[in-house]
Amino acid sequence: MNWLLAVIQTMLFVALAPLLSGWLKWCKCHLQNRKAPSLLQPYRNLLKLTRKQPVVAEHASWIFTKSPYIVFSAMVLAASVVPLIAVDLPSAASADVIVLVGFFAFARFFLALAGLDIGTAFGGMGSSREMTISSLAEPAMLMAVFTLTMTASTTNLSLAIEHVLHEGLVLRPSFVFAMFALILVAIAETGRIPVDNPATHLELTMIHEAMILEYSGRHLALIEWASQLKLMLYGVLIANIFLPWGIAQGFSAQALSYGLLTIIGKLGVLAILLAISETLVAKMRLFRVQEYLSFAYLLGLLGMLSHIILEASR
Amino acid sequence: MVLILAYAAVLFSFASGILALLTNQRPRLETLGQKYLARFPKHQRCRNMLNDGFQESRYPILLRQSTFVLLGLSGLLALSAGLGVLIGQQVLTDQIPLGLPWLPWHVRFDGLSGFFFLIIGIAVIAISLYGPGYVQAYQEEKHPFAVLGLFTGLFVAGMLLVLLADDAFFFMIAWELMSVASYFLVAFQHENSANRRAAFLYLLMAEVGALAIILSFGVLASFSDGLTFDALRHANLSSTWASIAFVLALLGFGMKAGIVPIHVWLPEAHPVAPSHISALMSGVMLKVAVYGLIRFCFDLLGDVHWQWGVVLLGLGTLSALGGILYAMMQPNLKRLLAYSSVENIGIIFMVLGLAMIFMANGFPQLAALGLLAALFHAFNHALFKNLLFLGAGILQHQTHSLDIDSMGGLIKRMPQTSFLFLIGCMSISSLPLFNGFVSEWLAFQTALQVNVLDNGVLRSLIPVAAAALALTAALAAACFVKVFGLIFLGLPRSRNSEKAQEVEDKGMLLALKLLAGLCFFFGIFPSLIINLLNNVAKQLLGLSLPNDTALSWMWLAPVSAQKASYSPLLVLISVLIATGISFWFLRRNPETKTMRRSEAWDCGFGGLNARMQYSSSAFTMPFRRIFAKVWLIDEQITKDMQGAQDLDVAAIHYHLQVQDHSWPRLYQPIANAINQLARQVGRIQTGNIRVYLGYSFVTLILLLWVVSL
Repeated sequence: MNWLLAVIQTMLFVALAPLLSGWLKWCKCHLQNRKAPSLLQPYRNLLKLTRKQPVVAEHASWIFTKSPYIVFSAMVLAASVVPLIAVDLPSAASADVIVLVGFFAFARFFLALAGLDIGTAFGGMGSSREMTISSLAEPAMLMAVFTLTMTASTTNLSLAIEHVLHEGLVLRPSFVFAMFALILVAIAETGRIPVDNPATHLELTMIHEAMILEYSGRHLALIEWASQLKLMLYGVLIANIFLPWGIAQGFSAQALSYGLLTIIGKLGVLAILLAISETLVAKMRLFRVQEYLSFAYLLGLLGMLSHIILEASR
Repeated sequence: MVLILAYAAVLFSFASGILALLTNQRPRLETLGQKYLARFPKHQRCRNMLNDGFQESRYPILLRQSTFVLLGLSGLLALSAGLGVLIGQQVLTDQIPLGLPWLPWHVRFDGLSGFFFLIIGIAVIAISLYGPGYVQAYQEEKHPFAVLGLFTGLFVAGMLLVLLADDAFFFMIAWELMSVASYFLVAFQHENSANRRAAFLYLLMAEVGALAIILSFGVLASFSDGLTFDALRHANLSSTWASIAFVLALLGFGMKAGIVPIHVWLPEAHPVAPSHISALMSGVMLKVAVYGLIRFCFDLLGDVHWQWGVVLLGLGTLSALGGILYAMMQPNLKRLLAYSSVENIGIIFMVLGLAMIFMANGFPQLAALGLLAALFHAFNHALFKNLLFLGAGILQHQTHSLDIDSMGGLIKRMPQTSFLFLIGCMSISSLPLFNGFVSEWLAFQTALQVNVLDNGVLRSLIPVAAAALALTAALAAACFVKVFGLIFLGLPRSRNSEKAQEVEDKGMLLALKLLAGLCFFFGIFPSLIINLLNNVAKQLLGLSLPNDTALSWMWLAPVSAQKASYSPLLVLISVLIATGISFWFLRRNPETKTMRRSEAWDCGFGGLNARMQYSSSAFTMPFRRIFAKVWLIDEQITKDMQGAQDLDVAAIHYHLQVQDHSWPRLYQPIANAINQLARQVGRIQTGNIRVYLGYSFVTLILLLWVVSL
């Protein structure tokens, strides 16, 4: 029963991811005085892409054609570990938060290889930049996550969230720092403004798009879906770790539906905030990203230190 | 019984060395054989076989193969001996009547030695599969097989003896055997002056390190009666002397292990040796140094101080970060791998430091976790670094180059090698499902238990070190994306890589397959090794992980199931399900199932050629800019001008040289100081015979005076 619930939660996660990016686009369009596409547009795009025959470059090896499946599966696996509507699901025990970071690394490894596979300059550029940014983002992210895991003294996400729920509403300076660090990392890792611009092609500053330029058809669909999943994963992490209230602790139908509603509400608000920040902030130069990410790391470090100095129970 | 296996392993590796010496003795052996067989005229078949074997063309091949078979048997015996002592949880002791008359060689074979026997065993088996195909390329006149085979055998025997030694004297003899034998292997291709220089540097630093180890044993020995490890264990040291012994041991073993800043010999020496030897040196010899340090600190010194742990943690962090950052900038594949060994040794030292800190603060259970993580990482590093070095050997064999920038597109031409190399790259980048990830995960788990410590400085220092570990892992992933992407993907960058073929020798591929298979297997079932390691921790620290932690074959929960758990098998199954469903779902339509091949799109620019691809220096450019202070970078761009008034650019030359800081900062001053000193000493050497006679006279008078006192 519990395993069934875990599978259902994962499927829900995968199914809702395009909706989140549709909602984000809708908010952004309205903020920028443009006419918004329907909320279901991402689904239509994915469906359209899966129906097309993929065109693959002549030099492409199996790395190029298999990477989309690997990337997508890694993201689905990550989604199965993160509690969406209920804690205490058995799937959360199979991998903890460090493994979650490992899943992201796995997906990135293959995406970067796929970028190098065709032998175009754009692909190499994208891979090189993606690996640079991620290698700076990963320590910052782990620093933020460690603050949480040291407070809860577990790296199991589900148990950590339960711990936060148990403690009740306590204002922890460490959590404030860690949350901001995680938000900055999330923006960098999901390729949003000001680090990368998801809406442009053919810009010499592009990162994520440069790697996947050569993809088409179902391969492109999988990669697009994977990046939508990644956005949602970070959203859920921020929402459920730092503001876990509303998540279902039992498996009754009422608790679950309440959990679903609250997470949709939380993600909706987060998306609005992201849309506002993307409208207000301009994209920054590539070599300022390091300063941005060092700042994120610094916030994570401050969170950690304030946990050790102010909050540790001795 | 187990001890006999261990002895047999040593003897077989000696025997393989001796056998290799017979390369040039074919005529003599033949006459000997004929004479012997003449006594038994009936054995016609034996004679035929003998004649067959002594044919001029077949003899060297046969000899080479049998040398490696002996070496492989030695590996197999070492493996079974190691497993035997680990499973049996015994401590075996013995004495061999060799060495000094009042000090026979003491032998002790316990869990820790057994575990390193296991590592050496696996590596040597892989080498023996790989060797026959690889050494074929060497010409007998220039690079005699006798030399290579002899010193390979001695090298392996030396390493095994180090692990068996139970007194300081025997230990140093075995240690020197290992060092000197490997010196000859580094100097094997000595026609190149750079190789001779590298070999000399290696020998120099190995001997300085050995001196430090001798001194550290000396410190211990002066507080105890005797040189046996048993006596040293009971030495009663003040904490100052213990710290001095620790620093000396750290210098000695650290120099062999290659921690920053005493690592400079490593990236020079490892690349110039033949590839299977580089694999042994990088994958196994460095581990023997780690073994020495563990044996010295946790076993002989016993009472560890947390300050030592902090030193190890700091040096480990420095090595891990420095190693991978330097590795990233190397265009030569084997140099890159050598630097990446520095990184991995750094990680091992970090976790050992954590173990020491927990041990000194009275948390032996967490110390056991740290030790376990360190040993497991040592094991994993031996597997994937051997795999990568052997893969590099194949690449060199097939493309006649080690320059990453001259390769490309090899995945089409060498499908099997590329797949196996990819597994190595994924393991070393610590991606989930592979063994490198598990040990790194354990390292993080150890670091996250920091809450139990009282010391506030330590509690804030260790998470920062953990973040540095995360940075290291991410940089390693970037580095190996570069390695795999530039070597195997894209378009070929040179004629040699365009013409490259898959290697034909089955044994070479088999060695790679064995190692890659183990990398994957222990990534999915890490508990097998961890249970063995638990026994080592029990013997060494007196405590192991609690039994009630779910150390089952499927779950990995080192502290307790509530704190952290990881089940690689479940992850693997879910990945397969997710991939399977998406694969089946998206390819169900027969019309779109096949992919259409066409030219690369490249944003519609067209006219793609191999020179437009990202190169190694282009790929690492962002890192060079961000971490600019780490290297000494010499970057020059010159333009050739032409046309009227020299305004048109005809060609652009780009020159990039990236150097290690430790040379000019640390070694050059030392070398200068020694030269200075030598010059001062040289002043008394006037070259005038009367002055020398005067010196002799004064010395004589002085001695007479001393005697008469």
